[in-house]
Amino acid sequence: MKAFLILEDGHVFTGTSIGSAREVISEIVFNTSMTGYLEVMTDPSYAGQAVCMTYPLIGNYGICYDDQESMKPWIDGFIVRELSRIPSNFRSVDTIQHFLAKHDIPGIAGIDTRALTKILREKGTMNGMITVNENYDLDTIIPRLKAYTTGKVVEKVTCREKTILKGNGPKVALMDFGAKRNIAKSLNERGCQVTIYPALTPAEEILKDNPDGIMLSNGPGDPKECTSIIQEIKKLYASEVPIFAICLGHQLMALATGGDTYKMKYGHRGGNHPVKDLATGRVYISSQNHGYVVDARGLEEKNIAKPAFINVNDGTNEGMAYVGKNIFTVQFHPEACPGPQDSSYLFDRFMDMMGGKR
Amino acid sequence: MPKNKDIHKVLVIGSGPIIIGQAAEFDYAGTQACRSLKEEGMEVVLLNSNPATIMTDKDIADRVYIEPLTVEVVEQLILKEKPDSVLPTLGGQAGLNLAMELDEKGFLKEHNVRLIGTTAETIKKAEDRQEFKDTMEKIGEPVAASKVVTTVEDGLAFTNTIGYPVVLRPAYTLGGSGGGIAHNEYELREILENGLRLSRVGEVLVERCIAGWKEIEYEVMRDSAGNCITVCNMENIDPVGVHTGDSIVVAPSQTLGDKEYQMLRTSALNIITELGITGGCNVQYALNPESFEYCVIEVNPRVSRSSALASKATGYPIAKVAAKIALGYTLDEIPNAITGKTYASFEPMLDYCVVKIPRLPFDKFITAKRTLTTQMKATGEVMSICHNFEGALMKAIRSLEQHVDSLMSYDFSGFSSEELLDELKIVDDRRIWKIAEAIRRGLSQEMLHEVTRIDHWFIDKIAILVEMEQTLKHQELTPDILLEAKRMEFPDSVIARLTGKTEAEIKAMRQECGITAAYKMVDTCAAEFAAATPYYYSVYGDQETENEAIATPDRKKVLVLGSGPIRIGQGIEFDFCSVHCTWAFSKEGYETIIVNNNPETVSTDFDIADKLYFEPLTPEDVENMVNIEKPDGAVVQFGGQTAIKLTEALIRMGVKILGTSAENVDAAEDRELFDGILEQCRIPRPKGHTVFTAEEAKKAANELGYPVLVRPSYVLGGQGMRIAVSDEDVEEYIGVINQIAQEHPILVDKYLVGKEIEVDAVCDGEDILIPGIMEHIERAGIHSGDSISVYPAQTISEQAKATIAEYTARLAKALHVIGMINIQFIVCNDEVYVIEVNPRSSRTVPYISKVTGIPIVPLATKVILGYKLKDLGYEPGLQPEAKHIAIKMPVFSFEKIRGADISLGPEMKSTGECLGIAETFNEALYKAFLGAGIKLPKYKNMIITVKEEDKQDIIPIARRFEALGYRIYATRGTEKVLKENGIKAIRTNKLEQPAPNLMDLILGHKIDVVIDTPPQGVEHQKDGFVIRRNAIETGVNVLTSLDTAEALVTSLENTDLNHLTLIDIATIANR
Repeated sequence: MKAFLILEDGHVFTGTSIGSAREVISEIVFNTSMTGYLEVMTDPSYAGQAVCMTYPLIGNYGICYDDQESMKPWIDGFIVRELSRIPSNFRSVDTIQHFLAKHDIPGIAGIDTRALTKILREKGTMNGMITVNENYDLDTIIPRLKAYTTGKVVEKVTCREKTILKGNGPKVALMDFGAKRNIAKSLNERGCQVTIYPALTPAEEILKDNPDGIMLSNGPGDPKECTSIIQEIKKLYASEVPIFAICLGHQLMALATGGDTYKMKYGHRGGNHPVKDLATGRVYISSQNHGYVVDARGLEEKNIAKPAFINVNDGTNEGMAYVGKNIFTVQFHPEACPGPQDSSYLFDRFMDMMGGKR
Repeated sequence: MPKNKDIHKVLVIGSGPIIIGQAAEFDYAGTQACRSLKEEGMEVVLLNSNPATIMTDKDIADRVYIEPLTVEVVEQLILKEKPDSVLPTLGGQAGLNLAMELDEKGFLKEHNVRLIGTTAETIKKAEDRQEFKDTMEKIGEPVAASKVVTTVEDGLAFTNTIGYPVVLRPAYTLGGSGGGIAHNEYELREILENGLRLSRVGEVLVERCIAGWKEIEYEVMRDSAGNCITVCNMENIDPVGVHTGDSIVVAPSQTLGDKEYQMLRTSALNIITELGITGGCNVQYALNPESFEYCVIEVNPRVSRSSALASKATGYPIAKVAAKIALGYTLDEIPNAITGKTYASFEPMLDYCVVKIPRLPFDKFITAKRTLTTQMKATGEVMSICHNFEGALMKAIRSLEQHVDSLMSYDFSGFSSEELLDELKIVDDRRIWKIAEAIRRGLSQEMLHEVTRIDHWFIDKIAILVEMEQTLKHQELTPDILLEAKRMEFPDSVIARLTGKTEAEIKAMRQECGITAAYKMVDTCAAEFAAATPYYYSVYGDQETENEAIATPDRKKVLVLGSGPIRIGQGIEFDFCSVHCTWAFSKEGYETIIVNNNPETVSTDFDIADKLYFEPLTPEDVENMVNIEKPDGAVVQFGGQTAIKLTEALIRMGVKILGTSAENVDAAEDRELFDGILEQCRIPRPKGHTVFTAEEAKKAANELGYPVLVRPSYVLGGQGMRIAVSDEDVEEYIGVINQIAQEHPILVDKYLVGKEIEVDAVCDGEDILIPGIMEHIERAGIHSGDSISVYPAQTISEQAKATIAEYTARLAKALHVIGMINIQFIVCNDEVYVIEVNPRSSRTVPYISKVTGIPIVPLATKVILGYKLKDLGYEPGLQPEAKHIAIKMPVFSFEKIRGADISLGPEMKSTGECLGIAETFNEALYKAFLGAGIKLPKYKNMIITVKEEDKQDIIPIARRFEALGYRIYATRGTEKVLKENGIKAIRTNKLEQPAPNLMDLILGHKIDVVIDTPPQGVEHQKDGFVIRRNAIETGVNVLTSLDTAEALVTSLENTDLNHLTLIDIATIANR
């Protein structure tokens, strides 16, 4: 069955429908990872977005449910050049075709994904529609695409209730804004007892549980929409509990302390971004997935926080160290999955911040 | 970290002659590194014995020494040039071994020379089997159970504890020389004995066999600050058991999930960190396909063939970055030249699929075993890029130039299914074709996987291609089917064959349906950033597919066709020519466009031409590019036969051929036309006839008188050429030739025994310029590429030289040559005969350019553009002779190819060459032999066994060897003649006679050299073949021509090897 990808600038790509035949409007982004499609699909940070994989051959090693980064795929749509006819891997238990269909995720295959990527690179991230309706009418669709906004997605992806992963080490409160599973896992593997809280949990409730450290997770959407969460983070900041934050958590901490964030033209999504640790000068290859970024200048001028990491390619902020506080935040993903594990040492640093109990 | 201020003058050691396992990739790496060093203001001293390389140009390095790669030479060179640093990691294993020896001896320390890039300790940790194993164990990286042994007995004992099969890997050898898999004690003894001998340190690793696991490689970079990145990973389609150089390889890996990918990536970074490598490194893994279990197979602490492939596959210039790291820069300080926006500290992301297929030499060595093992056999490789695997595979297949254009090109339909499965158990170069045939038969993919251990994913891809063949054959060709077939890169010609239509009909249908090739850019970043460097590959698609290649308006454009994969007969020399031609056009203001498919070469580096198209060199592929670029002209005379073969197609596309016209190229190859031209120029050639049948051939041969030279017209590198001494010979040869190519006539020529002479010349239509006359040491009958070549010619008269110059001028003019011409002559009793004319660049061009200081390729390029030689500052005619003597020595890779016949003849067999240059003939000769790895004397024992016709000629040679203290062993006939002439010779038994016989002598490892001249003719002297093979495989030098033997003894007589004079090629006057 034919499918169409219609962009808000009027571009139309014709391909083949994959997964669900449902029509969907979403923000279109691209990811340059060559492996890890399942991790991408199940990363809650992609809620509200349809993802185009720049690597053309997807589905080669099938689906292994153990590799999911959350309970289900969160992407609105999936855009690929080609899906593999057969999966081949000793761990594969499903095909990507069936996985998409099962979760009712619409998608399109067989389009020039490189051309699409170039459009997004040149014009910036934009909205689009995946449809199988051959009689689409651009005049009515384009205004709808332009009007579309993602909305409050954190509330959609966060867990409904508090859960605990047992451990003998420090007690970590993990604020779930759409956390990837490997964040909790990375802490738990280091012995932490990880308590996962729904995103809207009041700060008092968390602090009452007396955690040794607080982990602010990654998550989807525009950080400035998370107004009530920011209020709670202000209280967490005021406490003396060590805090480590990743991605959305990093942005929210910046906003909570009077900093600013802005939307990048087309974001960073992939597993090859070099980030420099400004304390040591060392460069690490990182896994990234963000469309918004912290503007570090304000916080630096006010001496609230100092940049700790920058992106080697474009110089954007990749991490902050809070002055006089045991708070450390990064824009990239030390939990990897998908992507390089080079910065997993940051979890060790967090362990040290909590008193070196590891 | 800023550049290290203490580094000013750097010695770069190259890799020497092209041999199997060490090919053009090191010229590419070395050239890139030298340019990178010069960019930083370094003074670069270059040492490499290979004159065919671009790195040995004076444009690339400041001081250039084309001298043998021995410890003594490097020491003398360091004393002479006083570099402060040596960069050893860019010249392959040869350069690395040399640097290690110098370091171990303490020479470097004594003279305050440092190794830059990776340190000696690191190299040792990676290269020494035991240290490597210990290091891996220390950081918890698994290696297969193994033990380093120094005796066969130890090896047997260890194997008995871990069980067969075992893999044997000699330490410090390249391309897996002497290695292999042993399944039983007999094989173990045979391989181990050989491996112990070939290892520089007499060590072999005996290892648990993990054959059948996935073979995965990572290319890793690390700087002195400890920053590490991976450039690329690659997956071998052939599982562990086949040398990666002989495997079909795909980049990036296709069947690894992110967990496996990251697991191995992290391991590679841990390894490079623990070893402390600063620069590039290659880590090879075996990955159990059924679990996360893996083993580190090998680490190469240097740039390698794989790193060249990774550079071309990703656009990330590994050698260039490695050179900058050696100078002290860190990865985040080195800009990515492709994007201009990012830095070397990021990891390339591919949005396409790359396939590499090795170019194996079994078309040249028809007696050789085609089996692929851990011993590399490929002479070169091709790479292709597409956005799907099927297309990349199809493009790579047709790039091979081995008469293959699809998975139907080898016919296994005569095999029964059982036979086919049996065949599949043995890995050889035709395995994917056998799998395709098995799929056509309906054999299950599961069964094929069981037999071959090739991943299901790849087998399914082959099945998809086979299904497309069936669809094309049995269904009506609809636009959708055509689009799908083109997406998988089925050539029009194959679609035509399968659908019963003509190629023109397919092309017309494509045009009608808007199915065209679009070009995409290799940009290192999957389009995330705009790229500045036009490096393209094609994909087929519909109108929606974006084409990124746009012709530059308002600029004159020239198309330079590359020479494809390195193979015997067409080597790195043609890449040298293509690159220089490109640079010359560039200087004249042209936009240059290169098309080539060889990932090992300099020509496919992204900054050589203005635009690079990484594509197969077939008419269809070239036409797609021509349609977009619309070049003002194309140059075909520098790209060997590959480019010449495209001439006709280019003319049909309306592309102007620059330089000598196609008709004149044809005239030189068409016997009748050429005879006419010779007659008109009053130039004699050996008498000959053109025939079609064996009867005609015998008649012609008898009329001319034996011996005669029989060959098909249109040959490359002497393929199918033979000397016949009798009617029976002729009959058999014609039979063989007719099996290969029936449509072309057969040439029967009188075989003249004389001096073979070669010239390369530039002609501007009026005047010619001959840089020099080269003389071959071996008499006519041995392929010019396999002969030792001497400049200036030593034994012919001034009169003959004048005649040669005159004939060259006449021929060049008669053929209306504009550009290059290569002519081979025979001088027999002071008479000059022409034997072959090639109106194009030849194998000897880099050599003669360097030793005369005359930049022939740039000159020829300017002439092609309309300049006259006189305007270019050159006095036409034969140039004055140089004071020094320069000798080009062929180098062979016989020990790598089991079962190949090593006797020299009209068919070319050498893989590379080296140079000996000195002020005297003898020293030059000595250096040439030394450079080719013939370092004598050792034990002063030799074996002589010559054919009847040579019995008299061997006497003076044997006498001279005897005078040097050689003990001569000889077989009965030879011994008799020697004794009769007062030479002490020890008679030894022939093979079939009881021990001790010839074989025992050879296997006793005490023989320096075997002189064995096989009788001419078809009768393969079985004994001789076995002797030669065994000698070669035992590392004994074998000479099959008395002329070579005489040259060797001459070189041994007069040389004091402690005082070699080193000549800086860069100082040879550019007259």
